[in-house]
Order: sequence, then structure tokens, then C-alpha cells
Amino acid sequence: MSLQLSIWLIVGLTFALYIGIAIWSRASSTNEFYVAGKGVHPIANGMATAADWMSAASFISMAGIISFLGYDGSVYLMGWTGGYVLLALLLAPYLRKFGKFTVPAFIGDRYYSNTARTVAVFCALIVSFTYIAGQMRGVGVVFSRYLEVDINSGVFIGMGIVLFYAILGGMKGITYTQVAQYCVLIFAFMVPAIFISIEMTSNPIPQLGFGSAGSDGVYLLDKLNGLHEELGFSKYTSGSKSTLDVFFITAALMIGTAGLPHVIVRFFTVKKVSDARKSAGWALLFIAILYTTAPAIAVFARTNLIDTVSEKNYTEMPSWFKKWEDTGLLKFDDKNGDNVIQYNGNEMINELTIDRDIMVLANPEIAQLPNWVIALLAAGALAAALSTAAGLLLVISSSVSHDLIKRIIKPDISEKGELVAARLSAFFAVLLAGYFGINPPDFVAATVALAFGLAAASFFPAIVLGIFHKKMNKEGAISGMVIGILLMLFYMTKFKFGWFGGGAESDWWFGISPEGFGTVAMIVNFIVSISVSKFTSPPPKEIIELVDNIRLPNENDD
Amino acid sequence: MNKIKSEAYWKKNLKYLVILLSIWFSVSFGFGILFVDELNQIQFFGFKLGFWFAQQGSIYVFVILIFVYIYLMNKLDKNYRSKK
Repeated sequence: MSLQLSIWLIVGLTFALYIGIAIWSRASSTNEFYVAGKGVHPIANGMATAADWMSAASFISMAGIISFLGYDGSVYLMGWTGGYVLLALLLAPYLRKFGKFTVPAFIGDRYYSNTARTVAVFCALIVSFTYIAGQMRGVGVVFSRYLEVDINSGVFIGMGIVLFYAILGGMKGITYTQVAQYCVLIFAFMVPAIFISIEMTSNPIPQLGFGSAGSDGVYLLDKLNGLHEELGFSKYTSGSKSTLDVFFITAALMIGTAGLPHVIVRFFTVKKVSDARKSAGWALLFIAILYTTAPAIAVFARTNLIDTVSEKNYTEMPSWFKKWEDTGLLKFDDKNGDNVIQYNGNEMINELTIDRDIMVLANPEIAQLPNWVIALLAAGALAAALSTAAGLLLVISSSVSHDLIKRIIKPDISEKGELVAARLSAFFAVLLAGYFGINPPDFVAATVALAFGLAAASFFPAIVLGIFHKKMNKEGAISGMVIGILLMLFYMTKFKFGWFGGGAESDWWFGISPEGFGTVAMIVNFIVSISVSKFTSPPPKEIIELVDNIRLPNENDD
Repeated sequence: MNKIKSEAYWKKNLKYLVILLSIWFSVSFGFGILFVDELNQIQFFGFKLGFWFAQQGSIYVFVILIFVYIYLMNKLDKNYRSKK
């Protein structure tokens, strides 16, 4: 079967599956629309959370980024997994016990204030929109690369699919589609990894493979370090970022993960408090399968690539080289005119530019795997992008229909009316996301990573203090959130987009990059919240009781 | 009586949190970042140990930590309910 045909077939089949699930799991009440009727099994919820969490960036770009950064890439590995420990231990069970639909609902009720609720809604919208635009773009890119339609049509097809199952099924439809999407994406990620691991180290488990020796008896990592030194790159297993910056970026990503509304809301969908803890455990286990494989792929791909291209004649390059050159992801510029590829850490000599995405996307071709594996990879990348987009969409629609309309603007709205409002806001959110997917603002790529800083700077302290610090009052929480998110926005726009006079790397405060600054803004949020709460009146008695109540397990086992 | 029991439950929970989060911090920020150079002097199969913690070990420990917490809290919850 030709490659193009297998891709259409596999992608078509998975799409039919998602639509089938959506029709089967239509939502008929707000409870089903927002939190899937609170009846999701913890393992299913773990899978859904994993798919929700792992975006196009995790699937397509992460292994490639690590492959170029070496040790420095660890910030993403630890940062995007360690947050689940915080979620499971500090947030998920208590928020489930509290038992409402959304994060702004918790903030609004715990801080007995509609101002706090509104601030939380705006933080949720800022965080979710910076994130979703990148997902729609990812859908478009995958379509154009594999299915040979242009990026815009790709975005339209993606919008149509997400719209269909998100509007019809709400959280219930999204949850069960995400379970299917997790299965597709993890299978698609693992199959090529296992093949390549066997090929390079004869060990079928990639996690062990990249610590093994190749056929020449030399440990793969030692070999790669050697190649790197020879070619003037810094050693693969040591970093070039400062320890302080690595520390702060990792912390910002971890805390940001724990503060992302579309992740937190998944824990509202299970039946009981203990299930919230369980699903966090399962979610991390399912995520860890991909996250521990990615660094292995990074090492295999890097070694393979250097072996294949370095100091080789351009005319002897395999066919995939030419193909990816056509897409512009691979560029050869024969500077010294000797027709031999010099790949070097020194910019002056280097003749080869490689886009990081190629490491995952071209891997099956580099390893000469069959067509269906390549088709599977396309379906996997689409599953990753669509599942994340759908999860974000739901946060946006529930923030608007529940927290803004039902709780603030029009409290007497009927359940049916609220459901209509939820579907309408999902519809407009898809249109807006699609618009950004087709006309990506330059800052999309830069802001996806920064969405974590924004979440860390705004939500995390307000939620944690709300649970663990009884005396925290509305004045403290509101000023903390506002100052935290403004400080983060200021730092990010200053150093990323050159606003407020801009600045170079040497101007970073304490040498901390914008990616790591979320940690600083979070600390400031904590300090402001606690200090302000000391000088203002303590929360009323009902709130103290509410906090006491969410700290304890239910009387019965439900 | 009820109040004392609730307080005991919460204290125990906090104790678990402190212990588990200290491990969480040590394997990632400690072994994977702050002491990575020292640990890299140690060879662990084909890995340098610090590098392994940063890209593999810490993630395995994270998973284990959550499941340990699930186990501890299920036990604590059961205990709390039976004493009612």
C-alpha cells in the first residue's frame, strides 16, 4: 500500500473512532457537560489526563529539543512530570472534595468574593488561549506535512472535529475520546522507539537501550559524548545553562503544571476523593511512559543523525534526506564547496541546519520502518494536538458559561440555558483558536512555554493557600494573583517581545530566563498574599468550616 | 473527641506530605540539578548517575511517590472512618 493511502486510511479510521465515541457519549446535563457526571473510572481518567496533558509539543517536538539540548533538556522531563506529585499531594484530592466544576469556582467560593472569581476567570482565559492557539497550529502542520493539504485546510478539518465532539459531548465526550487518543498516541510513539532501540542496541526497551552499548561495545552515551567533542558541540550529558536557571525553569514548569486549569479540572470528573489521588497516579504513570522514552529517542536520533551525515558526501545521502530538505526542515549549505557535509558546533564551519521536529517525524524513515508506522505517527501527532485542544476548549467554555454567566452576570439562568451558553462559548472559542491557528501571532511558540509561568504565578499560590492556610482571606489572595500574573506578564513581554524597553540576556534579573521567571513571580505571589492577609480581616466562620471540611475524608467511602 | 481525631488525621497527612515532598525535591532538584556534577562522577550502567536521575530516575521516583501516597492515605482514611 502506498504511503499516502495508508496515512489517509489510519487517520480516517481514528477520526471515525473519535466521532463514534462522541455520539455514544453525548452530554445531557451541565453536570455531564462540565465534569462528565463525576463518574469516570480513575484509570480512564488517568489516560484522559495524560492525553489532555501531552500536546503536539510533547509528541512532536520534545524528543527533538532534548536531542539538541542534551542534559539541559532535563528541565522539560522533570518539569512536566514532577508537577503531578504536587497535584496528587497538594491539590487534586481537596479540590475534588470541594466538589464544584471549575478552578474559578473554587477560588470564588473559598475567597467569598466575585472579584476573586472574575480575576481567576481572566487568568484561566489568558493561560488557556496562549496554549490552544499552538495546538490548532500543530494540527495544521501535521496535516500539511503528511496529508498534503495546505495548513489552513488542515486547521479547518481539525476545528470541525474538535467542535463536533466537544460541543456534543462536553467533558463526557472529551474524556472518552481522550482515552482513545491516548492509546493511539502512545502506540504511535512507542512502536518506532522500540524498533530503533532494537536496531541500535539490541535491547527492546528504549529506557534501558540508551544506557546500553551499541554493536561496537561502546556505551551509546559515551560514544555520543565523544562525537560531540569531536565536532565542537558541548558534551551531551552536561549542560550549558546555569544551574540557577535550570533550577528555576524546572520549578516553574512543575508548579505551572499543577496550576493549569485544564489539568486540574480533570480531577473533578471522578467519583470520590480517593479516586482523585488514584487518577493522578495513573496519569503520571501513563505520561511517564512517553517521557522516559523521549530522552532515549533523543539519543538514538542524535547518534544516528551524526553517523549518517557527518563528513559524508552530499550525493550519498539517503532518500529521506532529500525529502526533508524539500520541506525546509533540513538545510545544507556547502560553505567550503567540497560537497561533503560538515556538521559542527562552530557556526562558521557548520553547513547543516536541522529543525528539531525532524527527530520524531523523520525517525521511522531514518530507521527504514514500514509505511504503516509512519501513518501511525501522523495519527498519533493529531491525537496529541486534538486532545489537548479539546481539554482547553472546555476550560474556556466552562469559565465563561459557568463562572461568568451563571455565577456573576445572570444567576437565574436555567440549566438548559446554561448548557446552551456552554456550547455557544465552546463554538466561539474554537473559531478564535482556529483564527490564531491560521494567522499565528509571532508570539505563539514563545508563549506556550510561558503559559506555565503564568499558571504558576497566578493559580498555584491561591489554591494551595486556600487549602493549607485557613487564615488566608480574599484581600490576600486577590492581590497575590493580580500582582503575580502582572509581574509575569511584564517580565515575559519585556524580555520576549521587547516591550517596556526590552532587554538582552545580560539584563535578566538574577540571571533568570523568562521561562524560569514563573517561579519568582510565584514566590512574590506567596509573599504578597500572606503579608496582605496579616493586615486585613480574617475570613468569615463559614469559610474556616469549609476549609476544615475539605481537609477531611467523607464519612462514607464515596 | 471528633475534633481531636480530625486534627490527628490532618497532622498525619501533613507528616506524609513533608516526607514525600522532601524525597520529591531531593531526586529532582537535588540529584538531578544541584549535585548533578558530583553524581556524574559515578557510572551507572551506561549512564552517568546525575544525568540518569535528571532524565529517568526522578520520573520513576515521582510515579512511586504518588502510589505510596495513595496507599498511605487509603489506610489513613479507613482508620479515620472506623474510629467514628
